[in-house]
Amino acid sequence: MTIEVKNLVKQFGSFKALDGVDLKVDSGELLALLGPSGSGKTTLLRIVAGLDWPDAGEVLINGEDALAQGARERHVGFVFQHYALFRHMSVFENVAFGLRVQPRAVRKDEATIRRRVKELLDLVQLDWLADRYPSQLSGGQRQRIALARALAIEPRILLLDEPFGALDAKVRKELRRWLRSLHHEINVTSIFVTHDQEEALEVANRVVVMDKGRIEQIGSPDDVYETPATAFVHGFIGESIELPVRVEGGVVRLGDRPLNLAADGLVSGASRLFVRRHDMLVGPPGSGAFEGAVRHVRNFGPVQRAEVALSGGETIEIDAPRGRELRAGDTIGLEPRRYRIFTG
Amino acid sequence: MPGFGLTMGLTLTWLSVIILIPLAGLFLKSLELSPEQFWNILSSRRTLNALRVSFGLAFAAACVNLVMGSIIVWALVRYRFPGRRIFDAIVDVPFALPTAVAGVALTALFAEKGWLGAPLAALGIKVAFTPVGIFVAMIFIGIPFVVRTVQPVLQDLDPEIEEAAGSLGASRWQTIIRVILPSLAPALLTGLALAFARAVGEYGSVIFIAGNLPNVSEIAPLLIVIRLSEFRYADATAIAVVMLVVSFVIIFAVNRLQRWAQNRIPAR
Amino acid sequence: MTMQIADSVSLSSPEARARAHAAAARNNLRSEPRAVRIAIIALAMIFLTVFVVLPLALVFAEAFSKGILPYLSALAEPEALAAIKLTLLVAAISVSLNLVFGLVAAWAIAKFEFPGKTFLITLIDLPFSVSPVISGLVFVLLFGAQGYFGGWLRDHDIQILFAVPGIALATTFVTFPFVARALIPLMQEQGTQEEEAAISLGASGLQTFFRVTLPNIKWGVLYGVLLCNARAMGEFGAVSVVSGHIRGETNTMPLLVEILYDEYQFVAAFAIASLLAMLALITLIAKTILERQLDEGQDVNDH
Repeated sequence: MTIEVKNLVKQFGSFKALDGVDLKVDSGELLALLGPSGSGKTTLLRIVAGLDWPDAGEVLINGEDALAQGARERHVGFVFQHYALFRHMSVFENVAFGLRVQPRAVRKDEATIRRRVKELLDLVQLDWLADRYPSQLSGGQRQRIALARALAIEPRILLLDEPFGALDAKVRKELRRWLRSLHHEINVTSIFVTHDQEEALEVANRVVVMDKGRIEQIGSPDDVYETPATAFVHGFIGESIELPVRVEGGVVRLGDRPLNLAADGLVSGASRLFVRRHDMLVGPPGSGAFEGAVRHVRNFGPVQRAEVALSGGETIEIDAPRGRELRAGDTIGLEPRRYRIFTG
Repeated sequence: MPGFGLTMGLTLTWLSVIILIPLAGLFLKSLELSPEQFWNILSSRRTLNALRVSFGLAFAAACVNLVMGSIIVWALVRYRFPGRRIFDAIVDVPFALPTAVAGVALTALFAEKGWLGAPLAALGIKVAFTPVGIFVAMIFIGIPFVVRTVQPVLQDLDPEIEEAAGSLGASRWQTIIRVILPSLAPALLTGLALAFARAVGEYGSVIFIAGNLPNVSEIAPLLIVIRLSEFRYADATAIAVVMLVVSFVIIFAVNRLQRWAQNRIPAR
Repeated sequence: MTMQIADSVSLSSPEARARAHAAAARNNLRSEPRAVRIAIIALAMIFLTVFVVLPLALVFAEAFSKGILPYLSALAEPEALAAIKLTLLVAAISVSLNLVFGLVAAWAIAKFEFPGKTFLITLIDLPFSVSPVISGLVFVLLFGAQGYFGGWLRDHDIQILFAVPGIALATTFVTFPFVARALIPLMQEQGTQEEEAAISLGASGLQTFFRVTLPNIKWGVLYGVLLCNARAMGEFGAVSVVSGHIRGETNTMPLLVEILYDEYQFVAAFAIASLLAMLALITLIAKTILERQLDEGQDVNDH
């Protein structure tokens, strides 16, 4: 099943939740919508599910106009952030719900429903919880039951809203791996929303980075990390050093100091320079594009994190490999191994 | 924290003086009756009929309140319409209006020449001074109970469970029957029980409109008053004990209901 | 395949598609069709109008049916004035008794943990579920001529039944839970930290109560007093059993309404009733305002 979204616009009062979003999801993908809160990612997911309607634009599921259908007809599996389990029903009845409310003509008989629910509970490895009630489950168990319930209707696509958002860090890591292998097993086109970059990069095969109702970048996890398309993506994903610079006549300046950095093809004007912390190479004073004094050093396992006051006045944090120990008070030269400059 | 001994002591003393000792006196008095006397009082035709009128009509009225209360709650919580806030406030009037005032007002309203009594009389329906009048007064008195117990629960109901049901293919009707109503069930039953308990014991708003015909439209509380005025204290006590025991059973049931409802709340 | 999809999309005009989208969007998951919505609102409004608005309106319509002068002269009758005075007196007695009790009980219950707490709250709630007539009856059984203390009272020439003390006792019984019930949840929510801080700073128990606790619960106290007062002034069944209906002496306003109504003095009956209805309306308005205050107080605590 493919999902295609064309020029979606959605406004809540004066707040633009979606501001012209285009997206194509291929069959069998596991796609992450990544962005800060208010970036429009959940709104996009809810519109695809039929829980919200856009002000303008199109949604095609497998080439069909999905906006002409309500959520009931779309056969979309949706896993809610807080799971939305029916608390008066046992785990078994929760999972069976979608099968029991089918129109009489297509509803399966009780034995088939029982078998199907059993299969799903096996799939999420919680068959032993069938008779419990949601209030008796842990967060991670609820999450998996919510997933089994969504899968019961044999959804054409699967949508997950912050699937690990309400869980503690350890369970979250376990479930990430589990979700990826589950997706591999069932191979349903899936989209999940997250504000956690690590989650998106680890689980998804493609990542869509959103901000302020717009898509900033679509690419593989490697793409968005290694070659961020915009300043926002560079700042949002990975830990970056950000410096305000000016580009004038092919020269990059920090304050009034020219930096020895190539500026081919850059538009003149105020710009921002991004460097990953670990891409800042330390050398003797005078080497490299920057110079600064080490203020403070802490060791983090294989790296030492140093706070460096640049001679221009800005303070940055760099991650240098252990070996050549830095000390507070050292004057060092810094050369960015890789960097990106974005206009504006 | 200081003051536990003092405040607890005062609380228990005052509770005993005002509530427990008087109520114990009632039970003690009933013990002066032999089981046979007790049974004879209760099984007399007039007592039985009074109890039947009180309990039967109270239950019927509570059921009406359950249905209409649910509709009112749904309208107040889910819809926006002009006058909503005023109607919301009005729900509490039966709580706040002295029962005697409600009694005379309902009687005048449903009397044969009243605003509603006249058109109903034209249809051949007589309300005032019949059991129907009792029923009407009991409905009036019970309105706030169902509304005020169910309203907060519906307000706090997670909107996501309705969306979940819909996205799993449930029709709106299926969502209401299978998801929303079961979620409200403890509150609905609590409201029903409270409205019933109130209507069973209700006196002021009922006696004006009831007609008070023995065996037909005489409620149990009125019979207690009549027996008292005849100095037949034993009779009054016996009827009162039966009503009290039923009240206690209802309180107990409501407490259990609340505990049941709390246990189903997921610990997020 | 691609062609087919392109066809099926382009075949329907943009307007038709927009209509289909709008129809699907209207079929909201959390709402009902328009007709059902209107029917539910209409049912709710009609029901409340018939059972609540009309009786209330009728009280005032009847009271003023002969004009303003008969209304006023009905209220100026000595019997009416005596009833108003007695009602205020009884309400003052029972509200202040229950206010003190409510504060004390709420302190004991909300600030400490002890076994049987739920049971104690249930006992405090008892009067809510006892028929008003029974609430009066228990005092007749205690203090009546044949009651447990009847003989002793007669020997010492103390009048409780058919006099102010009996009416005040019965009223205190039926209004017993109001203040305590308004305060217990409020004080439980506020916890004991502020009090413990005050005591660790050297405040005495009473200082802590008046300087720390009371300012925090003042709206709750007012709320409880308001509801307690409304019920105290309006109580009919319990008072009716213990009052003896001595004209000009032991008739409270609700009892006078009954007597006047039974004597077919409708204007006078509804004039008194209109005062009580006014009390109810003012109580409701004040209650709405107080509830808003209490909600805001809670919001502050949440942050």
